[in-house]
Amino acid sequence: MVYFILKRMIQSVFVMLTVAFLAFSLFRFVGDPITQMTGVETSVEDQERLREELGLNDPFVYQFTRFTGDMLKGDFGFSYRTRQPVAEMIASRIPATLELGVVALIISLLVGIPAGVYTALKPRGVLTQTILMTTLVGVSIPTFVIGIMLIFIFGVQLGWLPTFGRGGTVQIGGWESSLFSFDGWRALLLPAITLGVYQLTLTMRLVRAEMMEVMRSDYIRFAMARGVPTASLHYRHALANTMVPVITIIGLQFGGVIAFSIVTESVFQWPGMGLLFLESIRFVDIPVMGVYLVVIAFFFVLVNLVVDLLYVAIDPRLRIRDVS
Amino acid sequence: MIAFVKKYEGLWLFVHSPAAIIAALVAVLTFLGAAFAPWIALVNPYDLASFSLFDGLLPPTWLDGANPKFILGTDDQGRDMISAILYGARLSLVIGLSALSIAAVLGVGLGLAAGYYGGRFDAIVMRIADVQLALPAILTALLIDGIARGILPASIQQDLRVAVLTLAIALSLWVNFARTARASTFVQMNKEYVQAAIMMGQRPIRVMFVHILPNILGPLLVIMTVDLASAILLEATLSFLGIGLPADSPSLGTLIRVGMQFLLSGEWWILWIPTLFLVALVVSINILGDFLRDIFNPRLR
Repeated sequence: MVYFILKRMIQSVFVMLTVAFLAFSLFRFVGDPITQMTGVETSVEDQERLREELGLNDPFVYQFTRFTGDMLKGDFGFSYRTRQPVAEMIASRIPATLELGVVALIISLLVGIPAGVYTALKPRGVLTQTILMTTLVGVSIPTFVIGIMLIFIFGVQLGWLPTFGRGGTVQIGGWESSLFSFDGWRALLLPAITLGVYQLTLTMRLVRAEMMEVMRSDYIRFAMARGVPTASLHYRHALANTMVPVITIIGLQFGGVIAFSIVTESVFQWPGMGLLFLESIRFVDIPVMGVYLVVIAFFFVLVNLVVDLLYVAIDPRLRIRDVS
Repeated sequence: MIAFVKKYEGLWLFVHSPAAIIAALVAVLTFLGAAFAPWIALVNPYDLASFSLFDGLLPPTWLDGANPKFILGTDDQGRDMISAILYGARLSLVIGLSALSIAAVLGVGLGLAAGYYGGRFDAIVMRIADVQLALPAILTALLIDGIARGILPASIQQDLRVAVLTLAIALSLWVNFARTARASTFVQMNKEYVQAAIMMGQRPIRVMFVHILPNILGPLLVIMTVDLASAILLEATLSFLGIGLPADSPSLGTLIRVGMQFLLSGEWWILWIPTLFLVALVVSINILGDFLRDIFNPRLR
């Protein structure tokens, strides 16, 4: 058990180092930092002096070590575009993206799991066929089109919900939250649904496939033969065993949610990290791009680590193997 | 003989599935329309002389104030919507298909080699694939696009937009091909015909491409259809975000981005007609993909 956790942690550190290396390479080799920092009138000698002062002539390994060390200390450098510290820029955007992502994920699970179970248990039902057809269309509609459609229906035609921004936010110890005001929830609803729809179809399809697989297995047949009540059979015996893959997708989907939040944030002008990333690409603001990558990877690694630990909690077989 | 029966069975299933027939019809018509756009389109969106501002913002013919010449109406520049969509689909399909081909060649090549050689090479390829799978395709494509903006000199950037976009999409899609090809190759490696070919002293390249590849085409074909849909969606999304193509070479995504400006005014057709078309195309390709998967995987039937 301890060995397993330790192994996963070392793996995570490796992934983070790889991503840090990627970000460093971006920073170092895409465009010249010196030309970004100085103007046209800076003389070549001054440029060279600056290069030496900043340590850009040092061996590659030194530079990378220093870069990683700075990152660990929370020093992420300065944006080429706004000249502000990147750490501040990103930190101020994190709450918006995380709240959006988590609410979207919750929506996708609350609807996706029951729908998946239902369509697996009644594969020939009319409702099942309708749901399956709808999800096929749902997968094919790009996120931004879903966003535009929701804006058009609920924002423009019905005028019920705001179509851009975060609405009223509440400051809680530096965390700017839209979860504590009615206005904030109104603004959050459309973007969260937009972001959740695609994940919802994935969740549903996976739960359905898993559930159908389990229902065919021997122990379910045996339980049936033993006369276990249907409800208990479905929800205690079958559903419990589909939970491991479901937890995996929550982990995997988190990456999807964060990535697609770029699109959703763009459609709704939601002031999160994704919008910042898009702006930084448009202006080739390399430091912001690099740090965004590192921050996203960090969230991703963290969630996957938690997911792996949850496995052990959920699946008793993993614990037994460790004892022997 | 078995191959013949299989083919025949697929055809039989196809004829009895209305969804698949409609999907195939939409896909084929789109391909034809896109291929022959210069000959059938009313105006050429790239040629400023072929349309006039006086025809701007005309509604589709079933609404008041329409010009019967423009069946689906015109945009603010006076471009016929049908022509814009045909040319847009042309660009989207060219980018999607090129990206798909690059991804398929790269992915299948690496996957075959990984499955054939196994060992360290396999481990390296699969680790790279794992890392990339962790990053969703859209993020990879955006990053590659951003890097290209940083590396390429500004003077040639506009000309290379299509190439950069294609490459960005291709590099975010190869993983699916590699994983599928590798898994199928592993299965084939134990078969006697492969062992016999190796025993006969045939070169690895020949064993991989002449003997193994034809036998793993089925699952690869399914990936190809599904990924074509993803490639078209990726292109549309990137262009919609304003990262992909500039407004003067309108793909389907760019048309939708331009149409967004008319969301609040009354000219709904400029936004919704390209959108509807994009969704119909992608839904059709996905339905075909699902259909192919069912044929190649009888267990799911």
